Amino acid sequence: MIKTDILIIGAGPTGLFTVFEAGLLKLKCHLIDALPQAGGQCSELYPKKPIYDIPGFPEILAGDLTKNLLEQSKQFEPGFTLGERAETIEKQEDGSFIVTTNKGTKHQAPVVAIAGGLGSFEPRKPLISNIASFEDNGVEYFIKDPEVYRDKRVVISGGGDSALDWSIFLADIASEVTLIHRRNEFRGALDSVEKVQELKSKGKINLITPAEVINVIGHGKVEGVVVAQSQHIEKEFIVETDHFIPLFGLSPKLGPIANWGLEIEKNAIKVNNALDYQTNIPGIFAIGDVNTYPGKLKLILCGFHEATLMCQAAYQIINPGKKFVLKYTTVSGIDGFDGTRKESPKAVVKAIK
Amino acid sequence: MEQDINIKITDRDGIIHEVVAPTDMAMNLMEVVRSYELAPEGTIGICGGMAMCASCQCYVLSDHELPEMQDDEDAMLAEAFNVKENSRLGCQIQMTPGMEGLEVQLAPES
Repeated sequence: MIKTDILIIGAGPTGLFTVFEAGLLKLKCHLIDALPQAGGQCSELYPKKPIYDIPGFPEILAGDLTKNLLEQSKQFEPGFTLGERAETIEKQEDGSFIVTTNKGTKHQAPVVAIAGGLGSFEPRKPLISNIASFEDNGVEYFIKDPEVYRDKRVVISGGGDSALDWSIFLADIASEVTLIHRRNEFRGALDSVEKVQELKSKGKINLITPAEVINVIGHGKVEGVVVAQSQHIEKEFIVETDHFIPLFGLSPKLGPIANWGLEIEKNAIKVNNALDYQTNIPGIFAIGDVNTYPGKLKLILCGFHEATLMCQAAYQIINPGKKFVLKYTTVSGIDGFDGTRKESPKAVVKAIK
Repeated sequence: MEQDINIKITDRDGIIHEVVAPTDMAMNLMEVVRSYELAPEGTIGICGGMAMCASCQCYVLSDHELPEMQDDEDAMLAEAFNVKENSRLGCQIQMTPGMEGLEVQLAPES
C-alpha cells in the first residue's frame, strides 16, 4: 500500500504544480497517471507547441513547461504510479481514501486531488461493431510486449507514427505483418515511411492501401479481418491473422472517475469554487480542466491557482485546528524533503562610520 | 454589424442552427460551435484547436472556398473516423467575411 498526504490523480501541469504547493506546506504527494510519463496533455499531445499565457514566460514549449514543473517539484520527492488508471475509490473509517488502479496498485491518503484534465487517455477504437468481443483475444490497442507477436501473423491499421514504427519493429519478430491504411499516403516521420517502403519491397510488410478493416472474424479469438478497399467499399476480402492492432491515437475520457459518486456537470466535476475546489465528497478535490464552476476557464494558469488554494484546504484536513501562516518563498525560502534548502542570499549590511 | 456573418450548423442530432458568428474575434468554426453550445462540453475541441483530436470534424455542405488544408489537419483526418470527401476540422476554419452563408454538419462523436 502506497501512503501519502495528498493523492493526486493526473500528472499534468496542475497535478505537478500541486506537488510544489503542497511541499511548501510540508505535505507529501503521490501522483497516478494513465500515461506512462508525467506531463499530461502537454507532453502527450503537443510537446512542441508554444504556450504564450504562462505568467513570466513570454513563450514556452509545452514539453519544456512540463520539464520545468517536474524539476520544480523534484525537491518535494513526489511518488509516481504511471501507466495505471485510477479505477476505484473507497472511503475508510478514519476518513482516508484508498484508490486502486486498474493494475491493482493501492494508494491511501486523507486527501485526494483529481487533476485529471480531460480525463485519462484511452485508445481511439475503430468503428467496428464486434470489436469489443475480441479485445484481449487478439485485438490489442497498445503493444506492451512485442514478444507476444513472435512468429504470429499481425495486422496493424493506422497511418501515423505508431502504426509505422510498430510495423517496422514487428517485421523482424512476427511471421507476417500487414499494414492497412485508409490513404495511400502516410503522415509519419519521413525515415519511417521510407523504411516501410523498403520492407514492403523486400516482402517483409504487406501494405494494403487505401483500405479499412471493417470487421473482425473468429471463434473466441481473432482469426482474420475483413478489409474493404476505401474507394470500392463493395470490394471486400479477408486477411487471415492472429492479431489485429488498431493504432489510431488516444482520446481523453473521464473514465472510471465518473462512477465515483461525484457530481458531474458538462462532463466535468462540479466543485465549490467559492471555498476550496472541494467536490460534493468531503476530502476529494478537483482542480484544473477536470472541474467546473460558474465562470470556469480551462487554462493552465487557472489550474495553478486552484491547486494553490486547494492545498491550503488540504492542510486543514490533514492538520485539523493547526494554524497556518502564509509565507512568501522570497522570505522563508524552500525546505525540500530531499534535505535541500533554497533561500535568497542575505543582504550585506555595511555600517557607516 | 458588418463584421458578423450568418452560418448554418447542423448538430449531431440533425437540428439545423442558424447562428451569427463574428469575424473580428479570430474565432474558428469549432469555437463558434462551442460558444453556442451546439455540442456537449467535452465532446468538441478537446485538444483546444490544434488539429490533434478530430472532435470538431464537420462536413462542409456549401461550396465555399475554404482555407487550404494544412499538413496537421490532413494528418488528423487520415486517422479520424467517419471521414468523408467534404470533411474538415472546424478548428482550422477561421471565421472571415467570405464564410457568409457557410453550411456545415457536425460529424458524429467518436
